[in-house]
Amino acid sequence: MTATQRPTVAKATPARQASRPNALSLRIPEPRARPGEMLDFGNLRLSRGSAVERPAIDVQAHEIRDLAYGLIRVLDDDGQAVGPWAPALDTQSLRDGLRWMMLTRAYDERMYRAQRQGKTSFYMKCAGEEAVAVAQALALAPDDMCFPTYRQQGLLIARGYPLVEMMNQVLSNALDPLKGRQLPVLYSSRDYGVFTISGNLGTQFIQAVGWAMASAYKHDRRIAAAWIGDGSTAEGDFHHALTFASVYRAPVVLNVVNNQWAISSFHGIAGGGDSPFASRAIGYGLPALRVDGNDFLAVHAATAWAVERARANLGATLIEHVTYRAEGHSTSDDPSQYRPAGEAAGWPLGDPVARLSAHLVAIGEWSADRHEALRKELLETVRAAGKEAEAVGTLSTGSRPSVRTMFEDVYKDAPWHIREQRQQLGV
Amino acid sequence: MMATMNMIQALNSAMDVMLARDPDVLVFGEDVGFFGGVFRATEGLQKKHGLERCFDTPIAEGGLIGVAVGMGAYGLRPVVEIQFADYIYPAYDQIVSEVARLRYRSAGQFTAPMTIRAPYGGGIFGGQTHSQSPEALFTHVAGLKVVIPSNPHDAKGLLISAIEDDDPVIFLEPKRIYNGPFDGHHDRPISPWAKHPASAVPEDYYTVAIGEAAILRAGEQVTILAYGTMVHVVLAAVEESGLDAEVLDLRTIWPVDIDAIVASVRKTGRCVIVHEATRTSGFGAELTALIQERCFYHLEAPIERVAGWDTPYPHAFEWEYFPGPDRVAAALRRTVDAHG
Ligand SMILES: Cc1ncc(C[n+]2csc(CCOP(=O)(O)OP(=O)(O)O)c2C)c(N)n1
Ligand SMILES: [Mg+2]
Repeated sequence: MTATQRPTVAKATPARQASRPNALSLRIPEPRARPGEMLDFGNLRLSRGSAVERPAIDVQAHEIRDLAYGLIRVLDDDGQAVGPWAPALDTQSLRDGLRWMMLTRAYDERMYRAQRQGKTSFYMKCAGEEAVAVAQALALAPDDMCFPTYRQQGLLIARGYPLVEMMNQVLSNALDPLKGRQLPVLYSSRDYGVFTISGNLGTQFIQAVGWAMASAYKHDRRIAAAWIGDGSTAEGDFHHALTFASVYRAPVVLNVVNNQWAISSFHGIAGGGDSPFASRAIGYGLPALRVDGNDFLAVHAATAWAVERARANLGATLIEHVTYRAEGHSTSDDPSQYRPAGEAAGWPLGDPVARLSAHLVAIGEWSADRHEALRKELLETVRAAGKEAEAVGTLSTGSRPSVRTMFEDVYKDAPWHIREQRQQLGV
Repeated sequence: MMATMNMIQALNSAMDVMLARDPDVLVFGEDVGFFGGVFRATEGLQKKHGLERCFDTPIAEGGLIGVAVGMGAYGLRPVVEIQFADYIYPAYDQIVSEVARLRYRSAGQFTAPMTIRAPYGGGIFGGQTHSQSPEALFTHVAGLKVVIPSNPHDAKGLLISAIEDDDPVIFLEPKRIYNGPFDGHHDRPISPWAKHPASAVPEDYYTVAIGEAAILRAGEQVTILAYGTMVHVVLAAVEESGLDAEVLDLRTIWPVDIDAIVASVRKTGRCVIVHEATRTSGFGAELTALIQERCFYHLEAPIERVAGWDTPYPHAFEWEYFPGPDRVAAALRRTVDAHG
């Protein structure tokens, strides 16, 4: 890192400090590089894949504390799957995973453009983080209940939720399954086991624990999974979830998606600098896995371990996925304002799509031509779905849900005041 | 079979009946399990129905309401206790942003049919942190129902209705009258519930409908709207003033029984609203607005509000703060004497 001082940031008043030797000083964490400075990933705590052991699922949490500080990796630089965590995934599953990650990316690109074209108000991509949702969807059973954030659209895509439905929601058109009530990207699908996504960060982490407690109470076999961003781990709900999951041994997989950034604040502002997010689990007596979130095989392996443990009634696991938010937070910010332009390209853990593709090539199950053909096919898939959804309507044109429905579902049956207000609007 | 019950016993009986009737009902909260709650409302339920049906939670109100949301989404019907309404604020985000809106934002895919019980109100020398009446913080939130019983019979019937309701219900229990009705005369001996007709409670299942007020006293001169402990204070004030007042116990404050209110105020032309909560933006303000919208041309006097002062609840000035029968009687007198 360059030692140059940022002219825009005033440093701690040196004069006053000098006049008071041994005085206290306040630390405000800063990322290792800001725009215009040299990239620096020196605090990533990388470890070689083969270096991290894979414990039995019935291990005691305190026996594997090291895993919170290591990094589970499977794919090496040559695209080979190595080490104890290499999962026994058949090639068809790997190709499915690649397809869903690429479909998620193509979908994101189209919807991002749709926002730019004024067809919707807002959009959020998950570029660079596709492995997290897609590999995890593969490791969970289709009827396990997911409590995602706005950045796990890959879950819905991998579970086969129709793209057109997703688009109808983003465009808030007449066929929007959520009737124009939710911000784009805050999906909900009971049928596909995806809980209604909240705009309030963190709230769902603890709700997933409640769902899992209910499943255990009913002697069900289904488990829950929840996701939270690195920034949002500072919310109380995150800590409530760890407490309740530990106390009641809830069958839930708790995921921190550490994509390094929370809008413009780096992970250190959430306390990720001095100790990795995975290590939060230790004090709660829960096992923690820290995993290379851009390594499809490693994410799958870590998740499968936690799923198996939860289903065996051994309780919750906290998984930190170390990944990188390759693009802006949403359509509303410009990341070049707060982080170096080359940070995404220089990210040491690479790109999840490129890495899985390279692995398939390395084991003789894929080729550059097939990759390109698949990319084109998916582009066409997304284009066709987009045309279909836009033909129904967008936020700015075409048909919207009936305004009358605005007054439905506040309560199961509308009380007098809701009926009265609907009449006042004349709908 | 009827039994004589105080409020605590009636609430306990409601949960007992529902735990027995519906395996999807769970009861939990701080100190709720083995001990039976700091006010004993869940006493014996764990022993009778099992550890998994009635249990203690960590002291994390946001956490315990959060898990109740997940349980509701699964299909259970959690009945959670917040130890004092004064401690519901850590859960306010979960209640406002999640519990209240789940049905709406998921277009009916997910719901959170939970009952949130909380002892509330003053009169027990609880100071600032055991005396608050936060009901207006919940009536303001779209998607919630707010129920406040004033006697054992209603408490049991309303709690069963709340547990069976498919929408979330905030169930505020006036703790001052857990053991006996309180007329506001703190210097007089307390009479137990056993001497009150509403302490006759069926031991089995029954319901009192949510959304229906009760006319406790018919009258011609003035309408009084009250709920919780204040119902008893109001009845005492009416008795002592000798006025022919009509007293409505709202029982459900949202959605409020607007028809009963309108019918009464149109008949009497005068209205006094009484609550313990602080006055400004209190529920009385909403009632006042509703009445003037619907009964303006029937009104013969300004609507009066008797409420807690706009200060935090002070420990040593309990009885100066509490809207007792003298303040209510004075407001009644002003209202009845007013001439346009
Ligand atoms: C309770 C709450 N506070 C603030 C926000 C505004 N907000 C939306 S996203 C975001 C950053 C979240 O960062 P992180 O948790 O790391 O998730 P990421 O966006 O990186 O996936 C903020 C501050 C919010 N939606 N909810
Ligand atoms: Mg983040």
